[in-house]
Amino acid sequence: MSAILEVRDLRTEFRSEAGTAQAVDGISLLVGRGETLALVGESGCGKSMTGLSLLRIVPKPYGHIVGGEIRLDGRDLLKLPEAAMRQVRGNEVAMIFQEPMTSLNPVFTIGNQIVEAIQTHRDVGKAEARRLTVELLDQVGIPDAGRRLDDYPHRLSGGMRQRAMIAMAISCKPKLLIADEPTTALDVTVQAQILALLRRLQDELEMGMILITHDLAVVAETASRVAVMYAGRIVENGTVREVLRHPRHPYTQGLLQATPHARKAGGTRRKLAEITGLVPSLYDMPPGCAFAPRCPKAQAVCRSTVPTLAVGGGNVACHFPG
Amino acid sequence: MSPATSPAEPLVSVRDLVKSFRVSGGTVRAVNGVSFDVARAETVGLVGESGCGKSTLGKTILRLIDPDSGSIVLAGAEIGRLSRSALRPHRRRMQMIFQDPYASLNPRITVGRLIQEPMDAHKVGTVAERKDRVVWLMERVGLRPEHAERFPHEFSGGQRQRIGIARALALNPDLLICDEPVSALDLSVQAQVLNLLVEIQEEFKLSLLFISHDLSVVAHLADRIMVMYLGHIVEIGTRDAVWDQPLHPYTRALISAVPRLDPDEERPTKIVLTGDLPSPMDPPAGCPFHTRCPVAVGRCSSEMPALRVLADGSQVACHLVTG
Repeated sequence: MSAILEVRDLRTEFRSEAGTAQAVDGISLLVGRGETLALVGESGCGKSMTGLSLLRIVPKPYGHIVGGEIRLDGRDLLKLPEAAMRQVRGNEVAMIFQEPMTSLNPVFTIGNQIVEAIQTHRDVGKAEARRLTVELLDQVGIPDAGRRLDDYPHRLSGGMRQRAMIAMAISCKPKLLIADEPTTALDVTVQAQILALLRRLQDELEMGMILITHDLAVVAETASRVAVMYAGRIVENGTVREVLRHPRHPYTQGLLQATPHARKAGGTRRKLAEITGLVPSLYDMPPGCAFAPRCPKAQAVCRSTVPTLAVGGGNVACHFPG
Repeated sequence: MSPATSPAEPLVSVRDLVKSFRVSGGTVRAVNGVSFDVARAETVGLVGESGCGKSTLGKTILRLIDPDSGSIVLAGAEIGRLSRSALRPHRRRMQMIFQDPYASLNPRITVGRLIQEPMDAHKVGTVAERKDRVVWLMERVGLRPEHAERFPHEFSGGQRQRIGIARALALNPDLLICDEPVSALDLSVQAQVLNLLVEIQEEFKLSLLFISHDLSVVAHLADRIMVMYLGHIVEIGTRDAVWDQPLHPYTRALISAVPRLDPDEERPTKIVLTGDLPSPMDPPAGCPFHTRCPVAVGRCSSEMPALRVLADGSQVACHLVTG
């Protein structure tokens, strides 16, 4: 696999009066060309902060990237000056969000915004940029693209707004798309449409994709590899089939058993497995494994020594993997 | 139209219920001639996408919103047209749990008072008995009674949902309407709340109308599933029937779109619907689904299909489904 993105030991901190939180605590990732890697975890696990760190857009003044490497096609983005980084954003790496209005400006038409995105990175005239925009809107499945171009975002439905944001994100044919909960706010039939669209675009553009989600079923249907995050660290990674069929980290096992899904026909309603307790505060992390306070298998070593992925044989950060 | 009734007398019987709202530019028929029953101790899942009218239906049954027409029978009594004061004794039989308990819990009142409030309002027992029951309820839903003096903001989302459940149980209701109760919660907390709902349902023999956009949750919980589209019920059936053999073309598309957790599970072919939900202000003539239906025929655009009872007891509103 030729890696388009290679992240090594990425660290992002939040500093405030409350103290210092390791929001991203030494994360390493690999994304191949045309491949989808899912980053999965619950609120506050650092998955979104990882996405923002890759683009160097962590919220200021509290957020700071303090270490690691982010190699895009071999080049370390953390070493680029800000001006060069601006050429990477939107051009080589694009990001889409759960709420399209995060990226779309309500006071400009859809067309204006995409035209601007194209002209920022490519030397084309206005008329040509407009023609490309119609093509893009068409490509993401917005009907009657020639007319929709002049609509303001609020005139579009949630699903259509998501398509418009995707059109803007792919306008410069990025090598990597970071999709942060792109379908979480959508109804299930629209979610299916958007996921199908992302898969198609990925094939057409040979784009690598990082799919950030809390939904393991979306992972099962969309990604080829998955990294499970807990409290700022990756606790397990592998192919989607390996991880979902034979999870080895107690947290991954807990998540899968807590996920409601349809029982077999005629079956009785069973109890869902619960993960007791709460995620630790990032400002007050336990000394050893972050999951130890909630883990049914925790031993003394778990409370004193942070398990690395290497401890578990490369794919699972656990002293006693299943 | 007379849908099949459950063998015993149902706890709730809704017939031809209509609720419309005037909005700028027209009228929205959010609930448009809905009929169904809920048996005692039964869990009915109500699914449908944003704007289909499922939340309005829940609130109308509870009379938090007044219906335009139709009938709501609760434990043998018609409550659809009762005045506020006449409704009062029936109110305690039915309670609601919302998606965001924070929005439904007064932030200035301690949790103990919040749970006691319904008992005060209905003058249940002595004050001392009410206080005892608050302690009992808090323990039952997994809260620590010594936290009764705290305020809602001091609790996590999952704990707040437990407060909402304790408050809903205070008057020993027969019917609990849950409107997206776990949608805002993380998975590990969601499992705790779902398990709690199942436990209290079994313990209190509650009927549950569980409203959700998440079909996996409904398929996990429900005895029967009801599917709504643009204010109409398009299909009702047992969980097994609706999940494994959906009949209405909309239900088929909806179920096929649900992402499946097991990578090796056989997946139904995805039926990807084209187009958006029509505006509820200007619903299509004939079958409300015909504009997006992959199998619609001429008749569908002119004639509204009735919700018919099939041989196996399922009910479907589609011209093309026979049996």
